[in-house]
Amino acid sequence: MVEVESRTPVTDESGRCVDELLINVGPSHPSTHGVCRLIARLDGEVVTEVEPVIGYLHRGLEKIAENRTYLQIVPLTDRLDYVGSMYANWAYCRAVERLAGIRVPEHAEYLRVITCELQRIASHMMSLGSTGADTGAGTVFIYAFDVRDRIVDLFEDLCGARLTYSYVRPGGVSRDLPEGWADKCREALAYTRTYVDKMDKLFFGNSIARGRLKGIGVLDPELAVAWGATGPTARASGVDWDLRRDDPYSVYPRFDFDIPLGSNGDIYDRGRVRIFECYESCRIVEQALEQLEPGPIRAEGLPRLLRPRPGDAYDHIESARGSLGVYLVSDGSPKPWRFKVRSPTFSNLSLVRVLGVGHTIADLPLILGSLDPVFGEVDR
Amino acid sequence: MNVTELREHICETYPDLCPLFSLEFGDGVLTVDPERLRQAAVDLHNFGFDLLGMVTAVDRGDAFELVYRLRSRVLSVGMFLKCRIPRDEPKAPSMVDLWPAADWHEREVYDLFGVVFEGHPNLRRMFLPEDWKGHPLRKDYVDDNIIRRPDYF
Amino acid sequence: MPFLGGVIFGLAAVLLICLVSTVNIWWERKIAGRVHLRYGPQTTGPLGLMQPLADMLKLLFKEDITPAASDRMVFRMAPLLVFAPVAMSMVVIPFALGWTALDSSVGILFFLAVPSLSVLGILLGGWSSRNSYATIGGIRGAAQMISYEVPRSLSILAVVIVAGSIRPSQVLEAWQWWWIPLLAIAFVVFIIASIAETNRAPFDLAEAESELVAGYITDYSGFRMAVFVLTEYGGILTTALFASAVFFGAGFRLGGLVGAIALVATAFVLMSFILWVGWVFPRPRADQLMSFCWKVLTPMALVQLVIVGVVVPWLR
Repeated sequence: MVEVESRTPVTDESGRCVDELLINVGPSHPSTHGVCRLIARLDGEVVTEVEPVIGYLHRGLEKIAENRTYLQIVPLTDRLDYVGSMYANWAYCRAVERLAGIRVPEHAEYLRVITCELQRIASHMMSLGSTGADTGAGTVFIYAFDVRDRIVDLFEDLCGARLTYSYVRPGGVSRDLPEGWADKCREALAYTRTYVDKMDKLFFGNSIARGRLKGIGVLDPELAVAWGATGPTARASGVDWDLRRDDPYSVYPRFDFDIPLGSNGDIYDRGRVRIFECYESCRIVEQALEQLEPGPIRAEGLPRLLRPRPGDAYDHIESARGSLGVYLVSDGSPKPWRFKVRSPTFSNLSLVRVLGVGHTIADLPLILGSLDPVFGEVDR
Repeated sequence: MNVTELREHICETYPDLCPLFSLEFGDGVLTVDPERLRQAAVDLHNFGFDLLGMVTAVDRGDAFELVYRLRSRVLSVGMFLKCRIPRDEPKAPSMVDLWPAADWHEREVYDLFGVVFEGHPNLRRMFLPEDWKGHPLRKDYVDDNIIRRPDYF
Repeated sequence: MPFLGGVIFGLAAVLLICLVSTVNIWWERKIAGRVHLRYGPQTTGPLGLMQPLADMLKLLFKEDITPAASDRMVFRMAPLLVFAPVAMSMVVIPFALGWTALDSSVGILFFLAVPSLSVLGILLGGWSSRNSYATIGGIRGAAQMISYEVPRSLSILAVVIVAGSIRPSQVLEAWQWWWIPLLAIAFVVFIIASIAETNRAPFDLAEAESELVAGYITDYSGFRMAVFVLTEYGGILTTALFASAVFFGAGFRLGGLVGAIALVATAFVLMSFILWVGWVFPRPRADQLMSFCWKVLTPMALVQLVIVGVVVPWLR
């Protein structure tokens, strides 16, 4: 229900009183983004102020982690960015390895890159499908999830799970590739390329969709940097920053890939940046599969119970949403003293306040969706 | 730019910050006192650190340690800014005017630790309901609903 | 006894709409499935043919909730107000040469005017729910339906000019094969405007997106909602039947049963097209919808009128 509450009567030029309508776009959306409450003040149809309220998925993961060993925290990180568990695990493991001084063998690094890039494609498919479903094109949603399904089938063959993998562990990965996985992977990539292209033409080429997405939610590059936005949200505005190229980690320097950039910073550009990132991820996975050599999947001599030396370390990776970082403080015991996750969506989400103003209420869910929020990592 | 170059640059531009700069686990760390925190943040912002990655706090028992993660896109380097503030009256200056990204991060630290950021436009709880008592991530937080798992090692 | 005949025909029209809606529930799902690279209903009966039965049973068994704060009498009346005009408009459709139920001298005008009464039902349905989302949805739906009347009527006006009469049977008798290319623009405008008129996807803002809740049908459950669904499918059915009758000469002017079957076949193809379109396109925003009506469809209909106005005197 809606309460109509006028603070000070707002008058327009002719002196008429224009009441503002307070609308609550509640935590449970019919659209597919998760639990976020948007409190919007409307002047007629136009939004004058919008405030996101979060915390509906707060599970206190950071506090729980203070009573878990370093290996027991890996499933907790799965549930952070649950659409992209592979890279969420990886960000955490990099921080642990930095803290404990573990060197991960190359074969494991390659496996991590392959699974992370496949996970990036799967995550972008979810985002694109949601954008399509929000505008009413249910077909795009189904196509996107078909592509995502192929990739998740690959992951099921690899580690047995379809959503929360706990595959990347401190020191390496949990399992090696089963036989024939590389060929299935190549088939899935070919399928991805075909269908992402079809979705691009079907959805982003459609004039109705363009009318809904172009020019909406325009983000200025300076504003993006000032508000700490990273990932496709910032790249669509022209902010040329990608951790894989600018702060390279793991075996990324060995691959040849481009970073798609947008120019207008509207919802249309963000969607297309994600589409092109899917193609680039396909390239990286193909190169990685070629360069892959057999080897150990875990660092040698790793104790069962990790006791890193006292100190603190921060490490980050480029997730599908931006720069996902983990800050760990250790006191020499098997459990961390402090576990903090720097989630990209947390910083990106504060942009809704700036982006939503001046658009109609019908655009708000699209703007929220274009930031690609996953509330597991926002609320932790 | 790597960390040693960063150290040299900072020592050149801000000589009084030089002794406070250390290297830990491959990252540059600037540790300041609460009085110097605001000035150090302004200096680093002007130096080129335009991206605020996160603001967080660690309960060190006798004090809270505020940790800021800063990043410079132009110089392509990241560093920490740390500051220990007293535990009984945790206060710190707000960095919202330097980096608007600090808005939500500082609200989170307020919510979970109870650190009051002076000058913050909208300091309210972020995750927990408005009427929640206590600040959960403090080490002395007591709640009957917390179940502590036994250790198996 | 014309009154008895009227009652019988009314019942027959309602039953026809119900029957076709039932088939449509299955057929639309199959089309949607194929568009989505999947099969559609398969397990409920052979080829999923029992799906409509399952849906109807589900809707009938649902609890019939009337919101406590709503205006009860209006709330209960609104679905009927929406459905009755659509069923009424079936009466003037010429099914074949000599097979028109009500061959009134203003038949075509009757078809254009009477379904507009549904707007009243939508407004009342939204308003009586006492729910802001529903009200806004109802108002938007009403605005949309009223705006799209204009291109719809203008396109049929072109047909009337070429035929020289508004009586449905005379339009049918005057039909020639070269009407199809001559009136192609009118056909396109009519189909698009009718999709908007019946609140059908992709123009279903009023019921599918209004502030992310279901618009004016939010508070309706069970059988009352089924009546709204029947209205939607009935609207598509009458549009398809009318378009094939007027633009394609009711089965290409073949008489009797063969003509009626040809009409039904053409209508079926048109109906499938309308269903298909609903699943492919995204929804425009409300202001984009209105500007599309006034800035694109209405000029197109006017252009068609100009073409017809130039050609017809030359023909006579």
